[in-house]
Parts: sequence; C-alpha cells; structure tokens
Amino acid sequence: MRKLLIKNGVVIDPVSKTEVNRDIYIEDGVIKNTAGTKRGISGKDTEVIDASNLLVLPGFIDMHVHLREPGFEYKETIQSGMESAIAGGFTSVCCMPNTNPVNDNKEINTFIINKAKAAGLINLWTIGAISKNNGGVRLSNIAELKESGAVAVSDDGKPVEDSSLMAKALLYAKTFDMPVISHSEDIKLRSKGIMNEGVISLRLGVHGIPRVAEEIAIFRDIRLAGYYNAKIHIAHISTKGSVNIVRQAKKAGINVSAETCPHYFSLTEEALLQYNTNAKINPPLRTKDDINSIKEGLADGTIDVIASDHAPHSEDEKNTTLDEAPFGIIGLETSLALTLRLFHEKTVSMMDIAMLMSLNPAKILNLKGRGGIQNGFTGDITIVDSDKKWFYRKENIKSLSKNSPFIGENFRGKALYTIVGGKVFKL
Amino acid sequence: MSYGKKDLISIRDLTKSDMLYFLETAKEFKKISLKDIKKVPTLRGKTVINLFYEPSTRTKASFEIAQKRLSADSLNIVISQSSVTKGETLSDTVLNLESMKPDAFVVRHYDSGAPYLVSRITNAVTINAGDGINEHPTQCLLDIMTILENKKDINSLKVAIIGDIYHSRVARSDIYGLLKFGANIYLYGPYTLLPKFIEVENNVKVAKSMEEALKDADVIIMLRIQKERMSLNFIPSIEEYRSFFKLTKDLMFLARKDAIVLHPGPVNRDTEISGEIMNSNRSVILKQVENGIAVRMACLYILLGSRSKTI
Ligand SMILES: [Zn+2]
Repeated sequence: MRKLLIKNGVVIDPVSKTEVNRDIYIEDGVIKNTAGTKRGISGKDTEVIDASNLLVLPGFIDMHVHLREPGFEYKETIQSGMESAIAGGFTSVCCMPNTNPVNDNKEINTFIINKAKAAGLINLWTIGAISKNNGGVRLSNIAELKESGAVAVSDDGKPVEDSSLMAKALLYAKTFDMPVISHSEDIKLRSKGIMNEGVISLRLGVHGIPRVAEEIAIFRDIRLAGYYNAKIHIAHISTKGSVNIVRQAKKAGINVSAETCPHYFSLTEEALLQYNTNAKINPPLRTKDDINSIKEGLADGTIDVIASDHAPHSEDEKNTTLDEAPFGIIGLETSLALTLRLFHEKTVSMMDIAMLMSLNPAKILNLKGRGGIQNGFTGDITIVDSDKKWFYRKENIKSLSKNSPFIGENFRGKALYTIVGGKVFKL
Repeated sequence: MSYGKKDLISIRDLTKSDMLYFLETAKEFKKISLKDIKKVPTLRGKTVINLFYEPSTRTKASFEIAQKRLSADSLNIVISQSSVTKGETLSDTVLNLESMKPDAFVVRHYDSGAPYLVSRITNAVTINAGDGINEHPTQCLLDIMTILENKKDINSLKVAIIGDIYHSRVARSDIYGLLKFGANIYLYGPYTLLPKFIEVENNVKVAKSMEEALKDADVIIMLRIQKERMSLNFIPSIEEYRSFFKLTKDLMFLARKDAIVLHPGPVNRDTEISGEIMNSNRSVILKQVENGIAVRMACLYILLGSRSKTI
C-alpha cells in the first residue's frame, strides 16, 4: 500500500472554498482524512513531503493540449507531452483530436489512451473529433468515442463551419452528455490572415485576422447552444468582444463555459515584431485592451478555464517566414508561471487559480473525483512555491518542441511536486 | 355513434369517441377478414382512387385489400417524385381525376399537408395515407386497436416511442391519438431526431436515456431508422445507431413483464429492434398489419358508406 503524507502546506480546496494550513494523507492513490485532523500517520512505509511555506493545490488539469501522436511524433509524443506536463505541474491533460489519423473513432482513441497508460505518468483524457477526419462534413461516432473513453468532442484547429453540422453536433452530443468544445472562428473571414489585424500587421505588411472572425463564430456557437438548450465550451478566447459575448450569454442563462490561454493575458501582437514565428498563434495575440478584458473576465468568472493550447511545432517548421510558419506555441511548462503573474499582481487569487486550472475543467468535462482536495477524491495534487524564481531556458524544455515566445523570461512561482494518484514527481 | 366530418386527414380532428367508433367498426370488419369468404358488398359502386406520390408497399396493399373486401372499385395512381417535376401539379392531377367522379381519394404524399390541398379541391372523401413528416392517422388507429387488444385501457399507460421521432408521421399521429386516451408518452432517440417543441404537449416527456424511456413501459413503439439520415448528420452511422438505440432483450427487462412491442414497418431487423424480440411473443408487429386492413375498412366504410348502409 502506497502512503503519502503532505505536511504543513496551505491546502487550497476549491470544492469547499477553503484555504487552510493542514496535512493531507493519500493512501492507495486516494485522498483520506482531509478534515484537518493531524493524525500523525507516519511510519517508515509512509512517504512524507514537507510542504511548509508551500501551496497545496488540486492537481492541475490542462484541458486543451495538442500531443502530436499519432502522426507527428517529431513535434511531440504522448510520452514527451506528458513529461512536459509534469514539469509544468499538470496531473492531467486533455489532448485534442487533430492527430494523423484524426481521433475520430474508437481505434485511435483506444490507441492514445493505452499509450498514455503504458507511459504511466499522468492522467490523459482524450477529446474526440466532432466530425469525421475533422472534415466538417460528417458527424463522427460520438457515442462510440465516449464509450471508448473520450471526455469531450472538438474539431479544434478548425472551426465547424457549417451551422447545421454544429447544431446536430450539439444535439447529438447532448444525447450522451458529451461536452462540445468549439474552436470558434469564421475561417473565410480569417482568410490568409496570420496575426491580429491591427497597426502591427499593417507595419509588418502581412495579412491580418480581424477580431470579428473570432467574435462572430463565438456568437453563433453560443446562440446555437442557447437555442438547442445544449452545453458548449468555447476554447481559447482572445478578444474583448469575445469576453463580453460570453459574459452576456452567461447572464442570459446559456450553458456556456469559456477558456483562455496564458499568452492571451501575457503578450500583445507586438510579440510578432521582427516576424517572430514563435508568436504566431491562432487565435492571434491581440492588444493591451484585450489583455485587460481577458483579465477582467478571469477575475469575474466570465472565463472558467485557463488552458495552454500547447501546440508543439519543430524548429524547422517555425524557422521560416511568418506566412509559412504553422500556428501554435507550446505552453505546458509556462502556463502556471504566467498565471502566477496574475496572482502576484492581485488580478486573481490562489483560489481562483485552483478553479481555473483544476476544478472548472474537471466540472466541464465531468471528471469525477478530481479538481478538489476532498476525502475520497483521487490523489492528484500540485504543490506550488509561488515565490520561487526561475529562468526559462530553451535547454530545460521537456517538450520535444521549443516554439515558445517566452524563452529567456524570468518567472516567479513554480510547481515543486506533481503528484498523480499519490505518485510523486519531484521537480 | 357517428362521424360527422368529410375526411380523415389528421388524428387531431378526431375526438376519443370518434376514435372508439372507428375501432368498434374495425373490430366488426376484422371478423370478416377471418371468414372464408372475405368480401362484403358494402361499398359496391363506389370508386376509390389511391393516389400515391411515394413508394409504399404495406399501406398501399392494406388500403387496396380493404377496398376489395368492401367491393369498392379502386384505381391506383402511383406517381414517382421524379416524374412530378416534369408533369402536372398535384392540384391539376386531382382536378382531372375529380372529373371522373370518384367517391374517395386515399392520398400518400411526400409533402406535409398535401391531403388538405386534395380535400379543398375535391368533393370526394379524402383519407390521409401518410403526408410528409406530418401524420399517418390510419396507422395511429391500427396501433391503438392493437394496443387495446392487449391492454384493457390506455389511460395512464406508459408508452415509449423510440427512434427517429422527427421524421416520423407515425410518431406524430400516435402521440396525438394516444394522448387523447390518456397515455403517458416517453420519447427517446438521438436528440437530433426529436422535434424541438414536442414537450409542449402535456404528458409527453423526452427521456434522457433508453433506460428511462423503457423503465416500466407498457407499450413500446419502435420506429424505423433510414440510412439517408446520415447524409444530413442526424446520426453519424447506422452502426452507432444500432449500438445505442436498438431495442434488445436486455433492455426489454426494464419494461413491464406484459409490455408489447410495436413497429410500423418495414423493420430493419437488428438495427432498431433485435430479431429475437421480433420473433418473441412480445412483438405485435404482425397483429398491426392484420388490424391495418380492418381499420382501413372501417375508415372507408364510415367515411363512404355508413350514412346509407349497414354492415
Ligand atoms: Zn483551437
């Protein structure tokens, strides 16, 4: 029997909304005796972590990552992606289906799940495709995907262009209580755009992506969900307008949740100056004004989730023109540190972070027994030193890919232990 | 008892006592079908035109046999959808046929509401043999007849209707008819195939699972799923439909011990319903076919002949 005692930490549990100095005991992967009783369970078979001056949070869940296996193992494998996640303090990741072949059937889904299990590192949940081959034409076998272990469906990387298909997807997925995650984008309006349409795209002389390309699509998807009384999760929102649309929809009682990524509250379009391909993402980096709105949305609960949208691409692929380089940046190893900047500047509390990075994703994806530090919950814990200073060095990146615009930055705050079902990864 | 209306187009036009009148009459005609000589002279000299704009085997055969057993003269006009585009309009066709002085039109059409158009043009009786996704009133009557042969009363029975409700005129007529008998109706299928506003009807509930729909059900009506539904993404595949929406023996255990299973046909065996159940004594699918003839005889008799003749 594996026993783990985490002593003297400040335990932040978003389920009970408590933040108290106490011990946690994990036995056989399950959290026990969390009611503050210092039972002093220790013996030579009990592993002990002294968490004095540290924060003990429910294991972080990144509900939006791209592991590139199968198909693009040179960018990332399931194994390397999970190692990157551990380094970032994540006990669970949810991988998007745009692999090759696309995860639109139970064979691929089972392959990914088994591969992750064999690695024996962290929890991996799969997100199946909404449409076959992410083609936007035919619905995939969503019930079969759910039955074989997928926790949501999405065509992420591409929008579901056809409104009728999106309506059917929402209704069909609702039959099986399967969450639908929308990459909301009017792709024809994006056209050849590669970065936010604004002053910088003008100066760089490149095609811009109008912010309304995101907002129109989010509005459509939310209206569809509202009309069909279905649930929808909006991935990676990046503009002020998007925050406002989600806020109003929530006020109107629509069952919508929303996610943003650390880069959307950390960087502006100016990161693309010098044609920096490591800042090319979709949706694109926006403006200071948008950053402020995203922060407001995080603070007032409009935005439910912070996810990395970890999108590895090889150096060769990024070492080209802005036009030719693929969209996407890695994020698993910087997500927490960037989010902690919001904590240090008092935009969000540690409790907010526990919600944004653990409880809310668990709730949205119906992951039972996760997202909190409660008796009987799975022993997924992230122990954080919110003050630890560190420097983001390319050589230290665990991900196979190094496409990050944050390389060379100083950070304050880091995960020291990633604990998955009681199994300790010391960082 | 009597029935005052000229046509039978929507089950919603019928009161419960109207329906009982049709069913009582059908019961009498069922006896005729069991006799050695199955023909009566009731509708001798009456002309019935079966105007079918959609392929139909079962319903057309059923109406034709009903007409033959009542000694009516029938004329079958089958118009394929492709020839309509080049040919005359529905109203022109009916006007032409009208000048031949028929006594009744039995209309099957791919467009909802087509029988109303026919009725407005003709003085003859109009019987709806299925219009678009709207209604199939004689199917409802034969379903209720079949249920009443097995259950004393429909009031407060739990009736589960499962499958493609959205495109099913049978489901719509059954729902409206059964509600008048006080049934509690549970609908289930992929939510893509459930009409959005159906729950405005009192006593109609959209179930959250097969299990909820079938639990303690007295009557189970399974509907046909068509492959064509894949093309507009109502379902992803027939295989998945089979895995999640087929009535199986295991699911039957949730229903009442004396539950009966209906299906309007034609059945996709082992797609919407397992062959095992079809072969079992729970299935009343063949009874439905048998009662179909009696019900259609009753409809023709009541609408065409009851005012002047007796059986
Ligand atoms: Zn996306």
